[in-house]
Amino acid sequence: MRDTFVATTTALLEEDPRTAVVIADISGDAFAPAQRRHPDRVLNVGIREQLMAGVAGGLALTGLRPYVHSYAPFVIDRAYEQIKLDLGHQDVGAVLVSIGASYDASSAGYTHQSPGDVALLDTLEGWTVHVPGHPNEVPALLRAAARNDDRIYVRLSTQQNSRAYAPTDKLQVVRQGWAGAPVVLAIGPMLDPVLAATADLDVTVAYTLTPRPLDDRGLRELVSREVVVVEPYLAGTSSRLVAAALSDVPHRSLHLGVGRAEQRRYGTPADHARWHGLDPAGLRASISAFLRAGS
Amino acid sequence: MTTTAVNPDLLGTLLTRLTGDEKHAPSAYSTLDVLWVLYDRVLRVTPETVEAPDRDRFLLSKGHGPAGYYAVLAAKGFIPVDWLDDLGGPRSPLGHHPDRVLIPGVEIGTGSLGHGLGLGVGTALGLRAQGFDARTFVLLGDAELDEGANHEAIAYAAAARLDKLTAIVIDNQSSTHGWPGGIAGRFPGWTASTVDGRDHEAIEIALRQRDRDRPHVVVAAVEKKG
Repeated sequence: MRDTFVATTTALLEEDPRTAVVIADISGDAFAPAQRRHPDRVLNVGIREQLMAGVAGGLALTGLRPYVHSYAPFVIDRAYEQIKLDLGHQDVGAVLVSIGASYDASSAGYTHQSPGDVALLDTLEGWTVHVPGHPNEVPALLRAAARNDDRIYVRLSTQQNSRAYAPTDKLQVVRQGWAGAPVVLAIGPMLDPVLAATADLDVTVAYTLTPRPLDDRGLRELVSREVVVVEPYLAGTSSRLVAAALSDVPHRSLHLGVGRAEQRRYGTPADHARWHGLDPAGLRASISAFLRAGS
Repeated sequence: MTTTAVNPDLLGTLLTRLTGDEKHAPSAYSTLDVLWVLYDRVLRVTPETVEAPDRDRFLLSKGHGPAGYYAVLAAKGFIPVDWLDDLGGPRSPLGHHPDRVLIPGVEIGTGSLGHGLGLGVGTALGLRAQGFDARTFVLLGDAELDEGANHEAIAYAAAARLDKLTAIVIDNQSSTHGWPGGIAGRFPGWTASTVDGRDHEAIEIALRQRDRDRPHVVVAAVEKKG
């Protein structure tokens, strides 16, 4: 996904004089050719993530469209107040594009992991969040972002599904269960593990790569009684929005995602998925128990 | 040397209309002379050009004590004078820290220290990328320099050769641990002027100074915060 991001953004720099890229050393080599062609619009500020967000706010104040990029914990966690004040409070936008997600950097440890990024943005007003599940979903998201001044977060990951889906902000039904079947909503790269976990269960599986704003109407149309949300960041991040969307529908809900407890273990992303119960076996156990409890 | 406040009749009248800013009063007046010289003699921006893409920018990073700023904006016609009668009320656009969304001519909303210089660096970069000759001025306080974010911006502004960026540090010696060796020395790679923050001629000369490829800092020394 990072390669797709670099290629698309490099093309946008060529096509649209409003496009700017702000980085803090991460992916500096990948953007070097673009920086040589557009030295005034590809800005590597060095290892200075507070400045990276501040510069983005300043660029946006002059009418440019900044794409800001680093590891998720550095672009979001570290620069939270700059995101709040240098973008939101100034009433300007930017496109924040992260890599690393919750545990792509499994062997790097907790310093390079951001399971809380989407929850942090949920404290702020007006953020659109894209969590693509496949590299081929990425270019359209980035190109659409060039045409407005919104505050947009694109959360890239090395975890991905086997195929791409339409880059819409609506829920998409991937597998239809019987009428009234429980709904399992998979966000971004959680879709393939959810499909594997529920292969022989009578459930409807829906997918979204744009969890913010959540497609309230789409969710309300699907859910008649039970809903399970599986997200690749902190478990329960979407629970408030799901509850609000279903406030007039009597329902039971289960929210699965990354746990709060720091693992203090290395290993692979697959190991972390298993430890957090997000591999197909773990998901199946949690979802089956939830469905049994309601029957 | 001019030693008294500027245009005392007009600004004095305007300042007396501002109320409710007791907490930050000393710092409000520490910035007044620099602000007046900026808006009266240096900045290429008027109430008619507050949206012009090529206008000069003034960013008040040190959002505390904005009474002097509001008085100057009113004196220069950016905001109605009668706005000054209500500071911080439920219907007033003027808060104890300024909000750019509410006040014409205010480039950034500030209050939390250490945000203006990074925004100023981005503004200067954005203006340069679009080929505008406009200058960007950012006003900070000596205590505000305690915030580490400033030093990210200071280092990168020099590396990026932002010759149209000018930082102004109002030095009223309010930084708890001070700046041994002087404030100008904290801006490596910049050109620097240190002036009497009440001397209008000296302030103007310092603000007009610019290098061909380096940002400039003006340290304006005023009375120690009491």
